[in-house]
Amino acid sequence: MTGSGTDRTPSERADVCVVGAGPAGALVAHRLARRGYDVVVLEAGERFDFEDRKERMERAIRPGRGPLSVWEMGGPRDAYSSEGEWFYPLNRARVKGVGGTTLHWQGMVMRLHESDFEAWPIEYGDLRPYYAEAEAALGVAGADDNPYAPPREEPFPMPAFSPSYSDSLFAEACERLGVTMHSVPNARNSEGYDDRSSCVGYGTCKPVCPSGAKYSADHHVEKAEEEGARVIDRAPVQRLEHDDAGERVTAAVYATPEGETHRQEAREFVLAAGGVEIPRLLLLSESPRYPDGLANSSGAVGRYFMDHLFAGVGGTVDRETRQNHVGFITSECHQFYDDPTRGTEGTDGGIPEWSGKGERDGEPRPDSIKLEFLNYAGPSPVEMALSGDQWGDDLLDTLREGYGNSIAMGGLVGQRPRKENRIALDRSTTDDHGNPVPELHWRVDDRTKASLRRANRIQRAILDELGADISWTVGPENTGPAFHHMGTTRMGTNPDESVVNPRLRTHDLRNLSIASSSVFRTGGALNPTLTIAALALKAAGHVEERL
Amino acid sequence: MELTRRDALAALAASGVAVGTAAVLDDDLADAFDGDASDASGGPSDSAPEERMATLLAIADVVYPSRLSGVEEFVRTYALGRVEDRESYREGMVQALSTLDDYARTWHDAEFRELDPETRESVLDQMGADTADPDPEGGDSARVRYYLVNELLYALYSSPTGGKLVGIENPQGHPGGTGSYQRGPRR
Repeated sequence: MTGSGTDRTPSERADVCVVGAGPAGALVAHRLARRGYDVVVLEAGERFDFEDRKERMERAIRPGRGPLSVWEMGGPRDAYSSEGEWFYPLNRARVKGVGGTTLHWQGMVMRLHESDFEAWPIEYGDLRPYYAEAEAALGVAGADDNPYAPPREEPFPMPAFSPSYSDSLFAEACERLGVTMHSVPNARNSEGYDDRSSCVGYGTCKPVCPSGAKYSADHHVEKAEEEGARVIDRAPVQRLEHDDAGERVTAAVYATPEGETHRQEAREFVLAAGGVEIPRLLLLSESPRYPDGLANSSGAVGRYFMDHLFAGVGGTVDRETRQNHVGFITSECHQFYDDPTRGTEGTDGGIPEWSGKGERDGEPRPDSIKLEFLNYAGPSPVEMALSGDQWGDDLLDTLREGYGNSIAMGGLVGQRPRKENRIALDRSTTDDHGNPVPELHWRVDDRTKASLRRANRIQRAILDELGADISWTVGPENTGPAFHHMGTTRMGTNPDESVVNPRLRTHDLRNLSIASSSVFRTGGALNPTLTIAALALKAAGHVEERL
Repeated sequence: MELTRRDALAALAASGVAVGTAAVLDDDLADAFDGDASDASGGPSDSAPEERMATLLAIADVVYPSRLSGVEEFVRTYALGRVEDRESYREGMVQALSTLDDYARTWHDAEFRELDPETRESVLDQMGADTADPDPEGGDSARVRYYLVNELLYALYSSPTGGKLVGIENPQGHPGGTGSYQRGPRR
């Protein structure tokens, strides 16, 4: 399918052209194709063969080919500049290909909390039916045991994965401190679902699931194709063209590996290429009518870039903890999500309330915190064996010493939208087609650092209660992004400060919609993909109303 | 602890090889583990497939823990399956074996497999295969590390038996199900 014999010429007549074959594009294409519309999907990356996944897993476990080789990222196609105060490792954060970044994602799928929508022009209730639909589409294993989660009516499509042995160790400490543990919604089959097998425990979910039990969007791309959609891979869109009035997009201009350039015309266009490539494409589509880029009369395209930041604490305990059997987590804590400053009281102590007089006096009030109880703390024996400098009995002794007693907590905090965090064009550097590459301006602000500090304090209290010997902390000074690209084409009712309206259509162009975390106004502190999927289904519905 | 053919087949299946094919079960090395790569360098490094297998087993002797038994059958089954239908990988392995023999001949005037165990270990040490960053495209020590040392270590420590040596029944890379992560340690 990806060879030179593939027909990459445009479809003569298309109702909808979707740019990007990740989760948002796949769901939009599937929904609209199923309703009988002619859909063409243009995907910059290739179509990966499912049969190669075990080899990709080996690349992930074995040192030698580099992490980007797992999904063939990097090189001139994916060049970028990181100009901000903090370096952003963009190509570690995304996959280009049929299935998009879900090929390497972790697969955690929570609904945003009601409080997360305070700054949005839509409410949780507006998205609620789409959330349910998205959970059914992706296949979510979960349980209704999270007292802090937003209301839901339907049960999860699959039962939650049982807690880990390691969770049971945490549970004792958390009970003494009054910290609530609950299950995690996973886009990972706990039983056979939608023609995909249940999880078989390869333990390499991120960056590759060889069994297909973890949802990836290539699944819905195939479903879309079964409904008649056409997917053209290795067809990066170079720019969008508009009509003379500047009211409608007329064509997506894309390149092919054969060196040709084509124009795909359509009645409606949906951008679903993620929070970096969508603003880049809009900026690349500048024209005399729109000299600052398409759909950018607000100046907000590329602005307000947000990510989630990782907070973690880990160490060892004097017991076996049974880590690294699986590559996903089974317990979380949302207790400090809506009220990150709260204290707790348990049977023997508690988490102290945030006073503002911790390690940094007068620091900003922390924002939402999501806590995770990891099932993959410490090194995995096979990875240790392959990167050590011993062998034979010495190596085995080292492995036995290094594996067995690790324990760790992770977590996410969010950033508020800040105009200066942005995706721009680096006109001094071009990609393999001569287009300016994305230039990331990104930094971690003081409030986000305060949130990380608060998360670390709670994590440390729990691990202290467990009697852990703490050996590492990832916090304000050494945190890294969770690879959730949000905010760069924000949603709003006011065209002066937002890019799309609540129906996910750009204010400026009547037939251009965006399905992506790029429309998030705020990002909360929860993994965004379920919300991306829900918004994609909503966008598909609004596109259909116009067709 | 004993490695079995079953371990090898499980490791093969996890690495994407269709197990149960004739090549895996057939001990005819000439078909499955032959190499053209040595022909390029010609001369004394052009060893026969059975000799290459003997070299691989000699490396396993160094890099595997001494308490393991059943290594020969495990390595034979695994290595044959791994190179089946993976031409470039087979070439890489054959080249690395040839490189290792070059070092053994230069330093000790004998093929690697003919050296005593201590000398084998010293050859791997001295060429830097222990500290080299594995790299399939790299220099001598990096390729020996990638195609030979790490190939064998990957096979062992992603298998249930290798995992159990360390204390994990379902190591990364092995599809051992979703039961073991829930279970506590055996008392």
